[in-house]
Amino acid sequence: MKKTLVKSRLSEFVVGLVFGLGLIVSGMTDPGKVLGFLDLAGLWDPSLAFVMGGAIAVGLFAFALAKKRTTSFLGGAMQLPTSRDIDRRLVVGSLVFGVGWGLAGFCPGPAIVSAGAGQPKAIVFVLAMLVGMWLFEVAEGRLRSTAINQAGTH
Amino acid sequence: MLIDWTHFAPWSALAGGVLLGLASALFVLLNGRILGISGIVGGLLRPRTGDSGWRLAFVLGMLFAPGVYWLFAGATAPRIDASWGAVVAAGLLVGVGTRYGSGCTSGHGVCGLSRLSPRSLVATLAFMGAGFFTVFLVRHVLG
Repeated sequence: MKKTLVKSRLSEFVVGLVFGLGLIVSGMTDPGKVLGFLDLAGLWDPSLAFVMGGAIAVGLFAFALAKKRTTSFLGGAMQLPTSRDIDRRLVVGSLVFGVGWGLAGFCPGPAIVSAGAGQPKAIVFVLAMLVGMWLFEVAEGRLRSTAINQAGTH
Repeated sequence: MLIDWTHFAPWSALAGGVLLGLASALFVLLNGRILGISGIVGGLLRPRTGDSGWRLAFVLGMLFAPGVYWLFAGATAPRIDASWGAVVAAGLLVGVGTRYGSGCTSGHGVCGLSRLSPRSLVATLAFMGAGFFTVFLVRHVLG
């Protein structure tokens, strides 16, 4: 393997580790705490607002710097999202995600970290999530192939 | 509004949040990408040559986090109250929803809001709103 590739893989591993530790320290890997935040009408635990606040306070500087760059510090191309559409997919998809988040108190990151801790329910959640993501790929693949077929017949 | 003072932990929340921000910052500056878990994992299901290694390295790092935390700080005690059926349903909804909505709490919530993206603000309001509504329904209407 080339030196730069090793450096990249190592940086991705370390960043994944730091992110996972952040999720544990912040309490995001405790579904009870997440649901405590989402339960406005019960005993409300505002902690997660502080998680978001802390993360965004750091993120604001990083992304302001990232926007000015054309290459990353490891030399690769910057791959920031270009879509600006606020469409039905974005809103309905996020609503569906929110319902699932509220049902169990897991979002993708904390579920994966908890699966790494060997939590049986987190492992089952991650497997179900992968099935959900796969269903999306299947549906999208069909859409893409029908679009190609239709383009072919005209 | 009643505050749950026994579980409210602003300092560890803030410290953990700073770590999440730091990881997102390192990722975009070193690798040029948005740290969004649903996108990173979902991309593994659409394999393209040379596109899976970085995703797997990242996920492996996340899976190691509980072990490293345990070494330095000991075990955690998460409260998982959802039934097995609810866990499966929730996983499916989170999987489909995050892919259609192009992101989750990390990609839209942390990175998107940090880059002041109106799209991510709408997504974050939508999933937070749906989360508040679902918990209200489950705990106070059906429960």
